[in-house]
Amino acid sequence: MATETMTPASEEEAAGIVREAAAKGTTLEIAGGATKRGIGQPFSAARVLSTAGLSGITQYDPAELVLTARAGTPIAEIEAALAENNQMLAFEPGDWRGLFGANGVPAIGALASANISGPRRFVAGAARDALLGVRFVNGSGEIIKNGGRVMKNVTGLDLVKLLAGSWGTFGLLTEVSFKVLPRAETETTLVIHSQHEDEAANLMAAAMGTSAEVSGAAHLPESVAGRSGIDGGSATVLRLEGFSESVAARLGRLKAALPGVANASELDETASKSLWIAIRDVKPFAGGMKPLWKISVAPMAGHDVAAMILREVRGEAFYDWQGGLVWLQLDNEGDASAGIVRSAVAKCGGGHATLIRAAEDIRAATPVFQPQAAPVAALAERVRAALDPAGIFNPGRMVWNGSRKAA
Amino acid sequence: MNQIRFLDPRPDIVARRDEIRAGLAELVPADCLVTDERELVPFETDAFTAYRRVPLAVVLPETTEQVAAVMKYCSANGVPVIPRGAGTSLAGGAIPQEDAVVIGVSKMSRILEIDFENRTARVQAGVTNLRISDEVSADGFFYAPDPSSQLACTIAGNIGMNSGGAHCLKYGVTTNNLLGVKMVLHDGTVIDLGGKALDAEGYDLLGLVCGSEGQLGIITEAVVRLIAKPEGARPVLFGFDSSEVAGACVADIIGEGIIPVAIEFMDKPAIDICEAFAHAGYPMDVEALLIVEVEGSDDEMDAMLKKIIAIARKHDVKRVKESQSAMEAATIWKGRKSAFGATGRVADYICMDGTVPLGQLSHVLRETSNIVEKYGLRVANVFHAGDGNMHPLILYNVNDPEEAEKAEAAGAEILKLCVDAGGCLTGEHGVGIEKRDLMLHQFTETDLNQQLRVRAAFDPAWLLNPSKVFPLDLEMRKAN
Repeated sequence: MATETMTPASEEEAAGIVREAAAKGTTLEIAGGATKRGIGQPFSAARVLSTAGLSGITQYDPAELVLTARAGTPIAEIEAALAENNQMLAFEPGDWRGLFGANGVPAIGALASANISGPRRFVAGAARDALLGVRFVNGSGEIIKNGGRVMKNVTGLDLVKLLAGSWGTFGLLTEVSFKVLPRAETETTLVIHSQHEDEAANLMAAAMGTSAEVSGAAHLPESVAGRSGIDGGSATVLRLEGFSESVAARLGRLKAALPGVANASELDETASKSLWIAIRDVKPFAGGMKPLWKISVAPMAGHDVAAMILREVRGEAFYDWQGGLVWLQLDNEGDASAGIVRSAVAKCGGGHATLIRAAEDIRAATPVFQPQAAPVAALAERVRAALDPAGIFNPGRMVWNGSRKAA
Repeated sequence: MNQIRFLDPRPDIVARRDEIRAGLAELVPADCLVTDERELVPFETDAFTAYRRVPLAVVLPETTEQVAAVMKYCSANGVPVIPRGAGTSLAGGAIPQEDAVVIGVSKMSRILEIDFENRTARVQAGVTNLRISDEVSADGFFYAPDPSSQLACTIAGNIGMNSGGAHCLKYGVTTNNLLGVKMVLHDGTVIDLGGKALDAEGYDLLGLVCGSEGQLGIITEAVVRLIAKPEGARPVLFGFDSSEVAGACVADIIGEGIIPVAIEFMDKPAIDICEAFAHAGYPMDVEALLIVEVEGSDDEMDAMLKKIIAIARKHDVKRVKESQSAMEAATIWKGRKSAFGATGRVADYICMDGTVPLGQLSHVLRETSNIVEKYGLRVANVFHAGDGNMHPLILYNVNDPEEAEKAEAAGAEILKLCVDAGGCLTGEHGVGIEKRDLMLHQFTETDLNQQLRVRAAFDPAWLLNPSKVFPLDLEMRKAN
């Protein structure tokens, strides 16, 4: 692990540090609040390059629905500024500190780099969809601008999408512009208790086929539901947001369209908010070091994937994004069972699985990110090299077993 | 008129024309290859008709395998390739050149799978945009991006240009509705990116490919997101005494936390042209018109419209007209969607596509009229106000070379104005050849070189749509 931390106070200074590293052939670990440091393949770098000194909202006019901030700006500061104007980041980013026992200050740049999105993602888009523009320092120490502050933009190659979800292996983000949206006036959640996960999948699919504009669709098995404040057994939860009269009208439509909702209950705004925060932050699986998988599949395949895995290894799962996102925690801290997990994904129609949390030695022995078909992996490596030719940034974080040289 | 330059045709390729045509004939069935000079003519341009180049050959493959075989052949022989959807590009994105083979996806037009439970459609890339919505409409779904050319344009072209439309204020543009592609790389390698699962498994190559204007590969299949149709939709017309006031009203609607599905803006010249064409019942005694569309049940729409009308009243709205029937709603949209065609009936025009931050709308509108007036021309403004995507139509006479040159110069000034106001050169039409030489106004050479290095990771020999997007005189390009 790196020892010395560099905290540049300006983009230009950051670029100088990168140029120096490039000239000397050394490496840098990029850190915002360092709260997601435990994600990815373990790697080492000569020095830490922190964005903590690049902080502050640089441009925000609520009527424009865009907020620009330096990469090290605490997310809390951004959410406070948005809340003051009744706005929000619509992709509903989770706070994953609980998963890792981290106590740093999560920064907006890291959120972009990790492309973290919450329950509303399956209808409102991901962090990468809201990210309109970036400034970053590439591996040669050049300052690059891409995208902008407008919602429609097809001017040149969209490097913004590439930077989102690159976990700091392409460059150092120095400034990000996010699309923001008005907060809903109110929300409610319909709670439907059902026993079978395939019934739950059908129920969620039916809900998404209505015009009720469901903005959260999750299924919590009994143990998880209990830990999320929902009593009465396993629960399928459907969220509606908007102006109060509209929410009421859509709730009526939703209930009329779904079978077996006679015994359903509704959560008021406060209870609804707290439930979706728990789902967003993966609170049911907070604490400890049990292996935690984030599995992305077609919505109807989620419960089949989990069932197939849990027939072979002990653990528990819950489902967000209409079933398309499976959070799966395994009981045995010493085994991530990557083979079992990924073979289940492949057998159920494909998708991908990321080992979000596991002890360092487990991650070192496991492909953390989904292994890709050879031509795609080769292409991805060529793209990476086009941004960071010498492999300065977070070397090896996204690639297993040093198919890429660590410094 | 200042001619936009193309790369010089490679003489060695042109000289080998017959050999290359024969080589292609071995790869695809005879009815998939066009080499007859007369039959090549329809492929010499797209909707940016001022420029024409007859290609060396046109291939219209029926399968991904055929595309792969042709790409591999072209790569091995150093032949440039121009991907083509329906040829509706307004930016010249599909205009070929004399040494190039056009690969058109029009024969790959099957819908492969509709999956309502997972809300996805898998289609061949030559499917037209509107066909997807038509196919799923009876089951209560639709595909959201709706460019004006949606009757003709293909999904392949939509992906190439990251197409938008009137309703993307709420539903996003192509990149937000695209889940996966099958794609053929320059050397014939076939890759799959994404699928029915959300988010990328590694680097977001799908996000990079969308909007890359055919420079990274050829898309042969796509998985797109389907959305449940709203209960109902209702457009309302608001007429104002000035464009500035209409612009301020838009800002207030959004500032109040209301995101309608669409907010379309027309100024007086556009109203006159569209009304004469579509008889949509647009008010004729106003200087600016907003079409605001809301969705939901009748009660929901009533409630939402009440809020919007209250805001408009604060801005002294002069006319408010709610559509009373589905037919009336359709007519209102017909007027808007036929704006380009209707304008074409009264004059020649060039259509700009700059996008600006919402706060800059009034300023940019004012400066746009100043610029156009300076050149002694007329302009009609019709655009997506909710997302800042401007479409000034600069009217001129195509048979008057002097006027044509003025129109082009005015257009360039307007686009620079958009960039200087914090916006971009193109919101949904793409750079193509049209805006290529303005790229250095928005980006530094360092910015563009970074894009070129990423491009080279896909197409090292610069064979895919080579004359497009990046200025020809960049040092890095010349080195190639």
